[in-house]
Amino acid sequence: MSRKFATWDTAIIALTVLVLIIASLVVDNFGTSRNFTFMVLDLLPIILVALPMTFIIVTGEIDLSVASTLGLTSSLMGWFWNHGLSIETIIPLCIVIGAVAGVLNGFLITGLGLPSLAVTIGTLALYRGLALVVLGDGAVADFPFNYTGWVTGTIGGGAVPNVLILIVVLALIFGVILHATPVGRSLYAIGANAQAAHFAGIRVARTKFWLYVVSGAVAGLVGVLWTLRYSSARADNGAGLELAVVAAVLLGGVSIFGGKGSLPGVLAGVVLLTALQNALRLEDVSGQALNIVTGALLVLSVLLPNLISSIRGNWQRRKLRQSAA
Amino acid sequence: MAEATALLEVHDVTKSFGAVAAVQGVSFPLYGGEAHALVGENGAGKSTIVKMLAGVHRPDTGTLRMDGTDVDFAGPADAKAAGIAVIYQEPTLFPDLSVAENIAMGNQPLTRLRQIDRKAMHANAERLFRRLGVQLDPTRPARGLSIADQQLVEIAKALSSEARILIMDEPTAALSAVEVERLFSVVRSLRDEGAAILFISHRFEEITALCERVTIMRDGKHVATELVADLTVDDMIRRMVGRDLSALFPKQTVEPGEVMLEVSALSREGVFRDISFTVRAGEIVALAGLVGAGRSEVMQAVFGVDPYDSGTVKVKGKRLKPGSPRAAMAAGLALVPEDRRQQGLVMELSIERNVTLPRARKLARLGLLFGGAEREAAATWTSKLQTKLGSLSDAVGTLSGGNQQKVVLAKWLSTSPQLLIVDEPTRGIDVGTKAEVHRLMSSLAADGLAVVMVSSELPEVLGMADRVVVLREGRVAAILSRDEATGESVMYAAMGQEAA
Repeated sequence: MSRKFATWDTAIIALTVLVLIIASLVVDNFGTSRNFTFMVLDLLPIILVALPMTFIIVTGEIDLSVASTLGLTSSLMGWFWNHGLSIETIIPLCIVIGAVAGVLNGFLITGLGLPSLAVTIGTLALYRGLALVVLGDGAVADFPFNYTGWVTGTIGGGAVPNVLILIVVLALIFGVILHATPVGRSLYAIGANAQAAHFAGIRVARTKFWLYVVSGAVAGLVGVLWTLRYSSARADNGAGLELAVVAAVLLGGVSIFGGKGSLPGVLAGVVLLTALQNALRLEDVSGQALNIVTGALLVLSVLLPNLISSIRGNWQRRKLRQSAA
Repeated sequence: MAEATALLEVHDVTKSFGAVAAVQGVSFPLYGGEAHALVGENGAGKSTIVKMLAGVHRPDTGTLRMDGTDVDFAGPADAKAAGIAVIYQEPTLFPDLSVAENIAMGNQPLTRLRQIDRKAMHANAERLFRRLGVQLDPTRPARGLSIADQQLVEIAKALSSEARILIMDEPTAALSAVEVERLFSVVRSLRDEGAAILFISHRFEEITALCERVTIMRDGKHVATELVADLTVDDMIRRMVGRDLSALFPKQTVEPGEVMLEVSALSREGVFRDISFTVRAGEIVALAGLVGAGRSEVMQAVFGVDPYDSGTVKVKGKRLKPGSPRAAMAAGLALVPEDRRQQGLVMELSIERNVTLPRARKLARLGLLFGGAEREAAATWTSKLQTKLGSLSDAVGTLSGGNQQKVVLAKWLSTSPQLLIVDEPTRGIDVGTKAEVHRLMSSLAADGLAVVMVSSELPEVLGMADRVVVLREGRVAAILSRDEATGESVMYAAMGQEAA
């Protein structure tokens, strides 16, 4: 891993810690345990979807259909529930359906060789459309309380939400895979130079295919959690979430061109984005202003590393010229 | 041909890339009304000369003179403005624009309202085609034109910009005999109108048919400029290869062992056909031939990076699954590819990750990779190869070319292969490292490794190989034993000439 990227990682983590400290000092109610619980619940969908998204962006691809997959599984969850399926059947079924949505993406991208940006913009519309076909603009709300209560509840009634366990476990699994397994190594190689990866015996297409399947499955799981959290299955659940996820991943230092990035950076990116929005909302800043902050952060996250590396490059070239002279 | 002032003169030009001097003190003139051939082996510096004339590269020292005055091209646009047009082997037209639009690109005729005057544009294209004596519809899109027709469009484009010097870099490589003849009649008529032609080709029959004068280059240096009529084909070949072969190659003689690799009747549509050869343990077999003869493509198909249509690849008598580098690696094959930057290494990743990339799965414990395992494996091989590096965690892109090549070698040698394929193992690396790589290959072969070496460097082929398989236009032209292989015999086979 290059040092330049390590510094961006550390910088974003430091910035996140700084924002958390300042916000808890300056913003009323930010540091309360109640707010912490809410923040984790707000964090939940972004962070879970960001895990496979990080993998996909590291390989130089993208999946913009995740929020629509979430909406589709949420709709189906309501439909299944209305048709009398048990919640214990519905939950795994929804995850499988999410995975199937990923299979279609993966097939179009790796099987037919279509660009992932175009394919997932297409399936973004397609899956959301299917969600509307399933449930129309209605909502299903009467999910069993022991499930909805678990999602919104905390461990032993304290400040730590139950879902934090899920976040920690999944983040650990994805983090270990990305940073300490041969699969993780191959993802970076694919993103930085797919041809060289192919020459090294890495199965580029197959690897990418499975990333989309995992991404779809996770989106399906998040569809379930989202539905349970708000106790409402709706076709428009999670609309626009894909942009927040991509923003957080890029802010976390993952290169949109692939080959660079780390999971701790992404986690920090998600926390930073959510904490900022939470703090601004507590300060009664309007929704439009929140969007401005998110947008500006995204632009900065792409701009700053480029700026830094070009300054560094210029400096090194100058040094080289001087030593040559 | 009077010794008038040359239309263009290359005067004592030198150009280096890093430590490699591609062109050293080359001078020759181009006269109007004359076709001038530029010949030399792969890597002799022809393309560098073309790129300097085209304004792509700037000479380090020396000058280009047009009509007796020095010119300095800051970019291709300057060269074009000065009247130099270059036709490349693969023309670069805009496929979705019409033929006429392609010709007019950059200086479209305008109406009084500053709109593009399509009528004038089409009339202009038609006039150019009439002048060239070719039949092409100016309104059709460039997509779908044959390479030959695309070249004619390029020539028309050159004419429309009033080019006086036409440089053609291996224009005939992809043409049929009829198309070559049509191209030549066009070129001859341009020459007769007073243009100077610089023609680069590996085909001697074309040079003798078209050109009045020839410049021969070798190792970036000028060897001779003579009238074609004064030279035989033999003379030309001898001057192209006639170099000091005293550079020592540390080839050890090894008793060859069992057959490691058996390639039979391997074919891939449009790339190579009916390729058969065998390699034994302890042998170094060189694949020689001109650039584009299909050498790399054959070996990439053997390794499974590329597909093939028919034929078989057997490793130790067992058929190898096609199209699977993984199966090839499992069978003990390793491929050090031609293009380090694109195929051999992942430049942004660290040295240790690059070295361990092909066998990360084997280094993992319980599926997990801890920093130590990779570093250790990488350290062993990089130090064995005496790679000069700062830290194993540095990006591999920070190393020099020679050390990068050592990293690629380390990467593949660490997989403990039984058959090593090396494609241009010493391209773009300095002389000292070159000798090290040669010594390494020789000692590996002595230890029983089978080696297939693709190389464009004749001395390397002759110095290292036990056998030389010469490819020409996708087919095996000759298989020469170490005793039979000489500079002349390899070049004759590579160029399809009968030995005199």
